[in-house]
Amino acid sequence: MGISVASPMAPSTYDIDRFYREEFGRILATLIRVLGDFDRAEEAAHDAFAAALEQWDRDGVPDNPRAWIIGVARHKVIDRIRRAARFDLRRDELIRMAESDTSDAPDGSDAFADERLRLIFTCCHPALADDAKVALSLHTLCGLKTEEIAHAFLTAPTTMAQRLVRAKRKIRAANIPYEVPSPELLAERLQSVMAVVYLVFNEGYTASSGDRLMRTDLSAEAIRLARVLVELMPTESEPRGLLAMMLLHDSRRDTRVDEHGEMVLLEHQDRSRWDRAQIAEGLALAERALQIENAGPYAIQAAIVAEHSRAADAETTDWKRIAELYARLHRLQPSPVIELNRAVAIAMAEGADVGLALIDSIANRGDLHDYHLMWAARADLLRRLGRFSEAAESYTMALGRVGSAPERQFLRRQLDEVMRHGSRLG
Amino acid sequence: MQYMLLIYDSEADGKKRPDAERQQMFQDYGTFTREIAQAGKLKAGDPLEPSTTATTVRVRNGKTVVTDGPFAETKEQLGGYYLVEAKDLDEAIAIAAKVPGSKFGSIEVRPVRKMSM
Repeated sequence: MGISVASPMAPSTYDIDRFYREEFGRILATLIRVLGDFDRAEEAAHDAFAAALEQWDRDGVPDNPRAWIIGVARHKVIDRIRRAARFDLRRDELIRMAESDTSDAPDGSDAFADERLRLIFTCCHPALADDAKVALSLHTLCGLKTEEIAHAFLTAPTTMAQRLVRAKRKIRAANIPYEVPSPELLAERLQSVMAVVYLVFNEGYTASSGDRLMRTDLSAEAIRLARVLVELMPTESEPRGLLAMMLLHDSRRDTRVDEHGEMVLLEHQDRSRWDRAQIAEGLALAERALQIENAGPYAIQAAIVAEHSRAADAETTDWKRIAELYARLHRLQPSPVIELNRAVAIAMAEGADVGLALIDSIANRGDLHDYHLMWAARADLLRRLGRFSEAAESYTMALGRVGSAPERQFLRRQLDEVMRHGSRLG
Repeated sequence: MQYMLLIYDSEADGKKRPDAERQQMFQDYGTFTREIAQAGKLKAGDPLEPSTTATTVRVRNGKTVVTDGPFAETKEQLGGYYLVEAKDLDEAIAIAAKVPGSKFGSIEVRPVRKMSM
């Protein structure tokens, strides 16, 4: 999936939408490199795709569709510059750039990889707003249309369009470099790129609002972006860890919600329905990521998810190892949410009372007071200990802080259950 | 291309700074300015008098309205600027990060718009 090159086919069977999805990023990256201008490059790419839609249907699909698109786009941009910018001093320079080297690199060569790497680092430059980074990456690298991104993030298309325009204008006006950052900046910039990819995945995996728990299209795009990063930086542990983590999470996609659209916890999911092929790929990636020296937070998180994927059920999960991995993660990246997750793993390994004491010490610091999952985890342990009225209180706290409808529904059912238990006992 | 580095800092905090620290900052600015000048990146740069000396001028309906001070009560005030030559935003950010005031306040980096005549 993702970045293979479409082979020539009869027009009737040729999926131009898919070709657009898969190739738009590469084509745009080439045109941006040649023209040094996001807007002109994009306009030209769209013109060329429109021409393809018409001509390929009539004359058949060319042998090398990507080279065809780039060639047509180049001519379109030269035409546009000639027509529109008669008095633009940059005119000759632009035409020279458009006519210069757009030679299509042989498939799989580094030239394309480098161009897309430049493109993703430019889209995720720290000088751009976070929402603009996400939108621009989806738009330029995945070929998502403005309306699609707006839909995914529940904003109006006009708002999303403005956001994209503003970001592209800033790239041009502030001269944000179209290049892979220098080695001393690379590590921190890579973090920003991976954070964007993970954000896109999470928005797809647990929609922060709305009626649906998942937006699988966004998860798929995030996985594609991560594949690009792994392909581009094969010796780094973190892109590999990120991809592994996302594949493993995504393998459970179909079992996370029941037929009524309600959330199903990991321990109750039907593991026979997990995507085995995806798990196999994810496990292999996770293992290699953890072996790379100085494995970072994504590699460790992938190792944690991998433990769940390996286990036959919740009981036989190696909770002790998961707790150790969370401790290791916490050393790299101290955060109360990681502490909370470690506490839950310890509760599973050593008993609910031990875990509860840890959660209460986090809760007493007030750090996670507004985090619904802290209250839900606490409630779950109280319930396991038979302390139903306290569990009910904690579920109520969680309900007051939850975002998406399926999660709210789930918590309400838990609350009902502990209240029934509580009244039976009382 | 050229970038304006606008140096913002809290004047109130600045007054509280001990003399030794202020002396050090003064020296650091001297060093920084010499460095970027020698690298051929300095176009201009000056500290400004405090915002209490500022005057705001607006023309409304043809009438000049003059008021004391800057517009808003902000925590940080514009205290000085550099105009530098940099190849792209990353280089401008690298220069801005070396401005001694970046340790206390903040540096706004703005590209200078090229006017085509």
